[in-house]
Amino acid sequence: MTLVGWLFDPFLDFDFMRRALAGCLALALGATPVGAFLLLRRMSLMGDAMSHAILPGAALGYLAFGLSLGAMTVGGLVAGVVVALAAGVVARSSVLKEDASLAAFYLLSLAAGVLIVSLRGSNLDLLHVLFGSVLALDDPSLLLIAGIATVTLFALAVMLRPLVLECVDPGFLRAVSPLSPVTHYGFLILVVLNLVAGFHALGTLMAVGIMILPAAAARLWTRSLGRLLASAVAQAFGGAVAGLLMSFYLDLPAGPAIVLMLGILYFAALLFAPNGLVSRLLPRRTHLEH
Amino acid sequence: MIRFENLTLGYDRHPAVHHLDLSIPDGSLMAIVGPNGAGKSTLLKGITGELRPLGGSIALRGISAADIAYLPQAHGLDLDFPLSVFDLVATGLWRRTGAFGRLSGEDRERIREALDTVGLGAFVGRPIGALSGGQLQRVRFARLLLQQAKVMMLDEPFAAVDQRTSEDLMHIILDWHCEGRTVLAVLHDLEQVRRHFTTCLLVAREPIAYGDTSTVLTRANLARARRHAEEFDQHAPVCHVDELPRKTA
Repeated sequence: MTLVGWLFDPFLDFDFMRRALAGCLALALGATPVGAFLLLRRMSLMGDAMSHAILPGAALGYLAFGLSLGAMTVGGLVAGVVVALAAGVVARSSVLKEDASLAAFYLLSLAAGVLIVSLRGSNLDLLHVLFGSVLALDDPSLLLIAGIATVTLFALAVMLRPLVLECVDPGFLRAVSPLSPVTHYGFLILVVLNLVAGFHALGTLMAVGIMILPAAAARLWTRSLGRLLASAVAQAFGGAVAGLLMSFYLDLPAGPAIVLMLGILYFAALLFAPNGLVSRLLPRRTHLEH
Repeated sequence: MIRFENLTLGYDRHPAVHHLDLSIPDGSLMAIVGPNGAGKSTLLKGITGELRPLGGSIALRGISAADIAYLPQAHGLDLDFPLSVFDLVATGLWRRTGAFGRLSGEDRERIREALDTVGLGAFVGRPIGALSGGQLQRVRFARLLLQQAKVMMLDEPFAAVDQRTSEDLMHIILDWHCEGRTVLAVLHDLEQVRRHFTTCLLVAREPIAYGDTSTVLTRANLARARRHAEEFDQHAPVCHVDELPRKTA
């Protein structure tokens, strides 16, 4: 088999691989830029905790209606928005640091979610909820993921300037514009939307992977926001394709394979990016005059 | 004009500065001087509206919130964010461009001019994380230049910058004064205040003296300010000092 055939045949021959590819492209375009801003706002852990917060909501939807796209989406959205708003209010109006309460919250949500799913379902259902089913995306799921990606890209384009300023200089934004709270909560809602989109494909445990890992890798490669976003999207899509192929040829679960591939890209950045580990080992011979 | 009437500002009912009665006419070049903890920054936060008075009032006549540009003491910037100097300075035009408007060619020209004015024309494309402390302060001044505000309020603008930076930035402040803007600056360098500032407010939790700099910064006043500064009592009694008959404006 030629290399080209090896790369393209699975997608040409199998409908489920094409659907998985389309789903991953949509996630890379929507969830990854949101993840980049999560990372830049130092809220990566918050994204992780929120992905777990979605689980009990989605599980309640599942308990009531079975593996229904609509019920699990609405349940997850409601739970995610409630937690996002609550965490936002706590962070903005109290002296409590976010991380302690989030770490506790994250474990409790995971426990509650798994309990609720196992009340009714089989282990297969549990696996679906935790690790998604990127190889079994039906039309409604695919449309949902693509729809969320579209909304996300438009929203980011509209709110880019206030969002950047909210990250860099929140005090200044509050002084010149009333948009600061709108930006903060609008962004949290985007995070929840994309976690729900990622949840259908990659499951609650892995959804954060495609948000944070490519963004973290891209951050190591570049110092410009535009290049960071472009590079993160490219790495997310590339990692997803590699993960799908690995899953196809080695008969591995696709969600974890994709996240592992994203992890490899991240480690590559840690090693080879400017100021990475390898460059520190190399002797520096020259510096500029000024 | 900015007018304080029996103004008290503070936190958790403890006044940081109290019983302030004075008017600052438009176009003033005024230094605010006093020991640490005297309530200088608190006073600026009161004028921006960030802090609400515990008592008395602040009246801004002919000045809206949009007319005030404020340089806080701590820069509060996330310097790890991948943003260029140009883009940071461009946010000084927020009142013109808003959240969504685009920068015109003229705007871009003004941003470059502002950076030239603070001596950082060559740094336009650098990431903000690569600036030294003094350079960052110059960049913050470039953004202030673009804000074109009627009232410029600067909280310790020269803390942690070298002499040359401080002198360069002082020239910008004097230009603002010549353009008729009101300048309020919290400063610690008394020599600098004597040299450049026409009026001065000496505070130490309450006004010690206000007026011509030469009459304010006397040995006796400064000694009084030092004595007043460090008083703090968790269980201080309620203050009843000079409950003035309220003037009707």
